[in-house]
Amino acid sequence: MLREFGPNEVVYLLMATRWTIALSLVAFFGGGLLGLLLAVLRVSPLTPLRLISALFIQLFQATPLLLLLMLLYFGINFFGVRIDAWTAASIGFTLSTAAFLAEIWRGCINSVPKLQWEGARALAFTFPQTLRLIILPQALRIALPPTVGYMVQVVKGTSVAALIGFTELARAGVQMNTITFEPILVFSTVSAIYFALCWPLSLLSRKLERRLHVGHVRVQSM
Amino acid sequence: MNYTFQFGTIASYTPDFAAGAWLTLRLSTMALIFGMIIGCLCAVALTYGAKPIRWAALIYVEFIRNTPFLIQLYFVFFALPSFGLRLPPSSAALLAMSINFGAYATEIVRAGIEAVPYGQIEAGRSLGLRTSQIVRFIVMFPAIKAVYPALTSQFVLLLLGSSVVSAIAAEELTAIANNINSVTFRSFEIYLTATAIYVAMALGFKGLFGALHRIFLAPRG
Repeated sequence: MLREFGPNEVVYLLMATRWTIALSLVAFFGGGLLGLLLAVLRVSPLTPLRLISALFIQLFQATPLLLLLMLLYFGINFFGVRIDAWTAASIGFTLSTAAFLAEIWRGCINSVPKLQWEGARALAFTFPQTLRLIILPQALRIALPPTVGYMVQVVKGTSVAALIGFTELARAGVQMNTITFEPILVFSTVSAIYFALCWPLSLLSRKLERRLHVGHVRVQSM
Repeated sequence: MNYTFQFGTIASYTPDFAAGAWLTLRLSTMALIFGMIIGCLCAVALTYGAKPIRWAALIYVEFIRNTPFLIQLYFVFFALPSFGLRLPPSSAALLAMSINFGAYATEIVRAGIEAVPYGQIEAGRSLGLRTSQIVRFIVMFPAIKAVYPALTSQFVLLLLGSSVVSAIAAEELTAIANNINSVTFRSFEIYLTATAIYVAMALGFKGLFGALHRIFLAPRG
């Protein structure tokens, strides 16, 4: 029984978009908190902490998102822990986003002139004080454009959750394609919705970059 | 916690994993080559092209960069047959990956082109070089040299992102892992092994690209 691709189907896709947005927010805030911790550890004076952070970042940047989700969703069940697709996706995206944001923010922290660190030392500031009062406020300005830019990657990345059976926008699109058999209409609509979510963020990121005069090439994931 | 690891089961599937990893590598390197061709052409079009060409390139880049790769893959695999183009999964995967990488390559190469000082181009003109020669000898090589680090990072992301093509059952590493999983049900070991192979490939390429950069591109003092 084939259905027409009409207003109802578009509404269904928009309903699924809520999950795409929810996942993006979880990934961004969870990953942001963890990423900040990692970035701070990465520049801390204690070598073991720096190493742990570097290892985490390298490992999670070299792991495909999809495999991370598969491990969490299908792999973990064997340890007698049952987690649903939503939890697996939330954890997976948080870990991955944290690794990428930490790397971006480390670059921003490192671009604060070295003299600032030395000045803080001369004034007998401790490491946490230096970071909180002197370095991070300056790094924040530099970090804003690439962070907003990375949000685009986060939104696009959530589509991978479709492949572990979580019904967000991409999977809703596949479902609609199965029952209406109108691939061009369905996937054009899905693309348009993603574009509507991502493009404003891309524009904002570029605008912020121009305003701050920090020109650099952004490397982005698929 | 009553779970025993059985990596022994996995060991018997070594050839399958190897075949999957090989296809992942092949897909990624071919997409890199095609994507670079698209990227260089579009970057030149964006910088020197007439208005309609510029617009076309701009729309392509913006559209690809602001939609997920998975949807682009579905488009190629499910929607292109409506236009009479029916592709087998691995060809659809390669096409989608090339189109996707092309958009990122465009953006990266363009940044490199814009980094070439204008005086160089003027010098080329005063030596009587044709525009095509200027683009080739004065702009492109230094441009690609300048953005080499960005391009190589992008390639690693392409390699990792290729796992998504398992969604249309192209026989690469992730799809192979799924197949083995449906036979043996040792999910944890299988996906851990596949992840380890990806991590090894990604870090291996990072190391290789870094070494090449130090040998060939780094400024010699």
